[in-house]
Amino acid sequence: MIDKIVPTQQAALADVPDGATVMIGGFGNAGMPAQLIDALIEQGAKQLTIVNNNAGNGDTGLAALIKARRVRKIICSFPRQADSWHFDGQYRAGEIELELVPQGTLAERIRAAGAGIGAFYTPTAYGTRLAEGKETRRIGARDYVLEYPIHADYALIKADRADRWGNLSYRKSARNFGPIMASAARCTVVQVRETVELGALYPEEIVTPGIFVQRVVRVAPRAALGKAA
Amino acid sequence: MKTLDRNQIAARVARDIPEGAYVNLGIGLPTLVANHIPKGREVILHSENGVLGIGPRPAPGQEDEDLINAGKEPVTLLPGGAYFHHADSFAMIRGGHIDFCVLGAFQVSATGDLANWHTGEPDAIPAVGGAMDLALGAKKVLVMMEHVTKGGASKIVERCTYPLTGVACVHRIYTDLAVIDVAPDGLRVVEMVEGLSFEDLQRQTAAPLKLAAAAKAA
Repeated sequence: MIDKIVPTQQAALADVPDGATVMIGGFGNAGMPAQLIDALIEQGAKQLTIVNNNAGNGDTGLAALIKARRVRKIICSFPRQADSWHFDGQYRAGEIELELVPQGTLAERIRAAGAGIGAFYTPTAYGTRLAEGKETRRIGARDYVLEYPIHADYALIKADRADRWGNLSYRKSARNFGPIMASAARCTVVQVRETVELGALYPEEIVTPGIFVQRVVRVAPRAALGKAA
Repeated sequence: MKTLDRNQIAARVARDIPEGAYVNLGIGLPTLVANHIPKGREVILHSENGVLGIGPRPAPGQEDEDLINAGKEPVTLLPGGAYFHHADSFAMIRGGHIDFCVLGAFQVSATGDLANWHTGEPDAIPAVGGAMDLALGAKKVLVMMEHVTKGGASKIVERCTYPLTGVACVHRIYTDLAVIDVAPDGLRVVEMVEGLSFEDLQRQTAAPLKLAAAAKAA
């Protein structure tokens, strides 16, 4: 019997090695898998490359992982925010590497990895410093920049409901990076609010089919996430 | 001379957004435009984190941390609204499906180059977000900004000195002084505020302007 549901977030992340590339879902706090990040901090893997839209807010979640000095490199579109102090400090001290990627290019590089695309041309960033040193090509009347996929060893994402096959439904704008990150990692670990019997999710409401998911863990809700920050 | 305040610039932008338009409003000043779309005109707002059909701010106590806009502020969803993932959201942007994008700017050049993501200071931590995708992808890119900086320097320039967000991507500029189109032959003044002469406007603008044939006072 297929059963991707694991008992605890600790068990779900036990094998993450040092130096792994880890995608972390979420846009701000919406869709951020906070309990999985806490478990990753507890687990101790270091020298990680993290892929996320941001570089952490306040003192919790991804910011706490950075604070614990587990991150060697971050690939993101918008690191600098009013409350990104842990990233800011380590970046200014030269202790963390930043690969800055336009948000749509970040999403498409993740999607491309999951879809088996070798590379793609995008018009975004042509003629800017974020395209410096990259291959460009004129196609029709437009200039494009060559971009490569971003693959990951692990993706940590948050969904709303899952069944034992790993089928997922999401809640509102918390969906954001979840579906594409699930497709781009060798091992996708999902935290959900609720696990349900096989067949309880309407086939039409399954946004991420279980083929993209390896492990599911149901977590207890965390009160007032982010409000303390 | 009556210069426009931020809300008046936003109201002027809103006048150009027609019924049925799909619109992305950039973080900050451009979000004011939503407050000035006339009641009864159906305009569908897109947010790059994966929402179409954004409604007004929720009432206090009704915020939902799973329903936010690109500025990470709580929002609501209108009947007919939809959620989608990030790659689909940027397909809407990059694929030319968004009719209008309204962005703020540090500088716009005479050929429509846009600089709005980086001050160029060596110790600044860069952050780009969706600005480069929006600048390139929307059918019409509208910029709203003060005409000059706090120090009095023109934000409309021959060539941007700040790092570029996009090349030749701006279609129309709305400032506290004027509405200016980026045309193939240069910058064309479409409207000026009451009491401002073309000569005065040109003096405050660091790129050559032309007066469009139908130009009028706002």
